[in-house]
Amino acid sequence: MSEQQPLLAVENLQVTFDIMPRNAWPWTRPRKLRAVNNVSFTLNEGETLGIVGESGCGKSTLARAIMGMVPSQAGKVVWLGEDLRGLNLKQLRKRRQRLQMVFQDPLASLSPRMTVGDIIAEPLRTHYPDIKGTELREKVDAIMDRVGLHSHQKNRYPHEFSGGQCQRVGIARALILEPKLIICDEPVSALDVSVQAQVINLLKNLQREMGLSLIFIAHDLSVVKHISDRVMVLYLGNVVENAPRAELYAAPQHPYTQALMAAVPIPDPGRERAKPPAELDGDLPSPLDPPSGCVFRTRCPWATEYCSKEVPVLEDKTGAGHWVACHYVEKKGK
Amino acid sequence: MFFSDKHAGMGELADTLADDAYTEGRSLWRDARRRFMQHRAAVASLVVLALLLLFAAFGQYLSPWDNESIDWASLPNLDEDGVPSLASQHYFGLDPIGRDLYQRIVQGSRISLMVGVLGALTAVIIGTLYGAISGYVGGRTDAMMMRTLEVLSAFPFMFLVIVLMAVFGRNVLLIFVAIGAVSWLNMARIVRGQTLSLKRKEYIEAAMAVGVHPFLIVLRHIVPNVLGVVIVYATLLVPEMILFESFISFLGLGVSEPYTSWGALISEGADAMWTAPWTLIFPMLMLVLTLFCFNFLGDGLRDALDPKDR
Repeated sequence: MSEQQPLLAVENLQVTFDIMPRNAWPWTRPRKLRAVNNVSFTLNEGETLGIVGESGCGKSTLARAIMGMVPSQAGKVVWLGEDLRGLNLKQLRKRRQRLQMVFQDPLASLSPRMTVGDIIAEPLRTHYPDIKGTELREKVDAIMDRVGLHSHQKNRYPHEFSGGQCQRVGIARALILEPKLIICDEPVSALDVSVQAQVINLLKNLQREMGLSLIFIAHDLSVVKHISDRVMVLYLGNVVENAPRAELYAAPQHPYTQALMAAVPIPDPGRERAKPPAELDGDLPSPLDPPSGCVFRTRCPWATEYCSKEVPVLEDKTGAGHWVACHYVEKKGK
Repeated sequence: MFFSDKHAGMGELADTLADDAYTEGRSLWRDARRRFMQHRAAVASLVVLALLLLFAAFGQYLSPWDNESIDWASLPNLDEDGVPSLASQHYFGLDPIGRDLYQRIVQGSRISLMVGVLGALTAVIIGTLYGAISGYVGGRTDAMMMRTLEVLSAFPFMFLVIVLMAVFGRNVLLIFVAIGAVSWLNMARIVRGQTLSLKRKEYIEAAMAVGVHPFLIVLRHIVPNVLGVVIVYATLLVPEMILFESFISFLGLGVSEPYTSWGALISEGADAMWTAPWTLIFPMLMLVLTLFCFNFLGDGLRDALDPKDR
């Protein structure tokens, strides 16, 4: 990996939730749900990391754990050389100036009783209470202009805007503190396709102009392909593959990634019909009771007995930053 | 880039539109006000309540009598001289010991309305904050706060009132204290429930991600969003409080002479209903009218504030 200090380095992050069974007694031991298991990655300045995976695989939990909004049980979240996990809430709130988030549901992430202008100004009011009056208004106007909203709309309420516009408001709110990293939790999943493109282009432009880093979570591989430098594939809370974008899309190594790629629909009915059917069957196993050994083995076409005994380690299989967690990649991979 | 060109075009369109149209936002409150205004019974109730308030505040200047002096001239022959009449200027007649009932009702309205409004206000302020904090913080704090609430609401309330009266004597202030102490309990529960469902909304998460202080999240994001429910409940609480005060007064534990309240007047009137029915009818009418109006008002507010729940 590169020599410079990474902006964000996540090391063996683990998030477990306690699940109380139904009708449990107060003294019953809760069951452990491993939402995020030993996830590690690094993110350099100006880079975009795409995170993909099925729903329920821990993408959003990972994002919230990095933000410190969900307690994590083990590992490190190193932000500019400092472990965020060791900080208390007050210190964490301060760090969040540089670390912002954009949410999935554009309308639900805006408080319905506040005007858009107030919503965008809120981070500034929180972290810089001295900025008031005209200066505050100017800053809000500037950022609204930047994300393609009109500043005369700032007295309106979120329900008067379309989904795409609401997402722009969400982005403006994340940008106003001039953060270094924005975690986008499925920012375009709730939008229709033409608006998706607008929002993604907006994010790309902003990234170029402001030198932002992005963590871009999605379940749509084509969206991630458009924006990411690196792509990380999650399965049941585990990283199965983490590779540079071009390499991942050209030569996916892990059987799960290959299956995901095969499942992407081709916008040409003839070719779509000719495509072999996706080779993956079965459902995501319950994270309350994950399979032993390799978590993917229950659905893997290559699985052998060995996979149920030994947990595969995430390794750089090609020496060029293509990390895969599978016992059989060296043998079967190209 | 294709997208930015298109956007510029749309921007011009938006500009021209904006020149004609107002750019002021249409808040949810404004929508609610419009819906409320279409609810005739609620608007009428609001007008009646406003008149009642004016009556309580200025009604005393319309009559030459006052609420404590006895009309000695009419006293010997109450059954005939004490009937309501415009000629004697006893508009609502005399009470069983010869005092002007009109003035007594004006004064009683003041106490009763004050008890109702103050009780509801205590409930709104304490109950909302208590419930919102308990629900938002959650965990052990929530459990402790809710258990405290249960202990308080399990306390035999009449007993508390009697003890207070016995120790401090009969005093209007004590009624306020007693009513304030119970009125917020249910409100806190309702607000806590609402907060629990709001807490998982993305805009609350967004505020957390921004780094807003938890107390400010409660004040700025949770309270305004539960306020709709709170207002509806508060308007329905006002008549409850008035009835409650009437109940205490009816038992003879309420306000002391020469002051009175609707409950005390009804109690006196009930004793004299066979000889002087007007002593029961007039205070009762006031009470019924007020209760109806507050209930209609609450109804209208609910329709206006939760358009989905109809």
